[in-house]
Amino acid sequence: MRQAIRSDREERVARLRGQILPAISTVLGSAVTLLPIVAAAPILPPFGLLMLLSWRLIRPELWPIWVGIPLGLADDLLSGQPIGSAVLLWTLVLLGIDQLDRRTMFRDYWQDWLIAAAAIIVCLAGGLLTANITGGHTEFAVIVPQILFSVLAYPIVARFCALLDRWRLS
Amino acid sequence: MPPQNKRRPGFSRKAQYGLFASYVVAVTGALVGLLLVITAWVDPRGSNAVRAAITDLTSPISGAIRAVVRGAGSAGTAVSDYFDAANKNAAMRRELEGARAKLIAARSAEYENRRLKRLLAISETSPTVTAARLVSSSASSTRRFAILSAGSTSGVRHGQPVRGATGLVGTIVEVGLASARVLLITDAGTVVPVIRISDGLPAIASGTGDGRLEIRSLNAGANVFKAGDIFVTSGTGGVYPPQIPVGIAIRAAGDTATARPLADPAKLDFALVQPIYQPLAAAPPAPEEPAE
Repeated sequence: MRQAIRSDREERVARLRGQILPAISTVLGSAVTLLPIVAAAPILPPFGLLMLLSWRLIRPELWPIWVGIPLGLADDLLSGQPIGSAVLLWTLVLLGIDQLDRRTMFRDYWQDWLIAAAAIIVCLAGGLLTANITGGHTEFAVIVPQILFSVLAYPIVARFCALLDRWRLS
Repeated sequence: MPPQNKRRPGFSRKAQYGLFASYVVAVTGALVGLLLVITAWVDPRGSNAVRAAITDLTSPISGAIRAVVRGAGSAGTAVSDYFDAANKNAAMRRELEGARAKLIAARSAEYENRRLKRLLAISETSPTVTAARLVSSSASSTRRFAILSAGSTSGVRHGQPVRGATGLVGTIVEVGLASARVLLITDAGTVVPVIRISDGLPAIASGTGDGRLEIRSLNAGANVFKAGDIFVTSGTGGVYPPQIPVGIAIRAAGDTATARPLADPAKLDFALVQPIYQPLAAAPPAPEEPAE
């Protein structure tokens, strides 16, 4: 079994992992844009956002409500969006999900996907808006494939997140 | 599974205040984010120092990965090509029908191509600031940036044009010590003055954000473009040196045409940074300064 006797040091490492793994994995999700894909069109799903949503929906009690600020800032610095864009949008999305949590009586997987899809659309459309007012003139049709990819990628990322969560709590 | 009730953390006054404070912090943070976006709106070039420092740190990582996985560069376009397959199929069928008539046009295009290559050989001798790799891009953002693995220590400055062996790539918009951010010509904020290579017809090429260019004629008149037209920079405005290949028209409609950029940044290995063609003409008041 995993729960063998642990030394103090192992115990500390496990506890630290439990605390920082979600944030680290989200920042790494944002850092996927560092992969050497020089794309001509925005097609890569925003993995930072997907990780954030997965963690938030799997473990609602994990993060304080303001966590969108530091994580959004990290995403802005890595993604090429105008700084402040993800800070604003991620925090708004987290506040929205929080409100939704108060109003819904029960929750199942399909609802999670629906909520994530809505959040993805809000963030990508909002990101387009902020990118456009700071100098771009991209049309909405350009990000439709990206939205589709991202919504379809959410379940996979959520599964990955659940795997990480099991490791985190082991 | 019922959601946990986080609204009432218990009877502890301290915990209740803490919860309230976290909401205050979140809303304040969102407002600060909005403020930052508005700041970037008012002054697009400000607040770049932090980001330039970050790209300085991350570009060696991207460069190392790129060196290992050379083929990954085309993966992105492969995915988008696949997504676009149905459209492309229909377009190809249409194209096939008119192919025979276009064969002659293609021959002339081939001739143009050869001429273009000769031009290229000439412009290859033009002054170059530095040669560097394009290591990554803003693949999830709607702005089209790429990260270049050379910065101010190699002489790279803001506003310099970047080109590959096959054509124009973009302009430098942010410079760090050992990395720089390139605004690609496919970004919807880029405008490049071009001429048609066959007869010197002046036009404006601007990005559409989806990997294509839109060419607009400066001369009023219907149906001036045809598919297969090749465009090179004109040198107007003083930023881009003349005769760098920009794009090839794939579809013409009235006095605009959709073009494919000749330099595919995804397949580029090295890009050349060139000095601003005529710095005086390219100074901010110039109307052709590429918008950002």
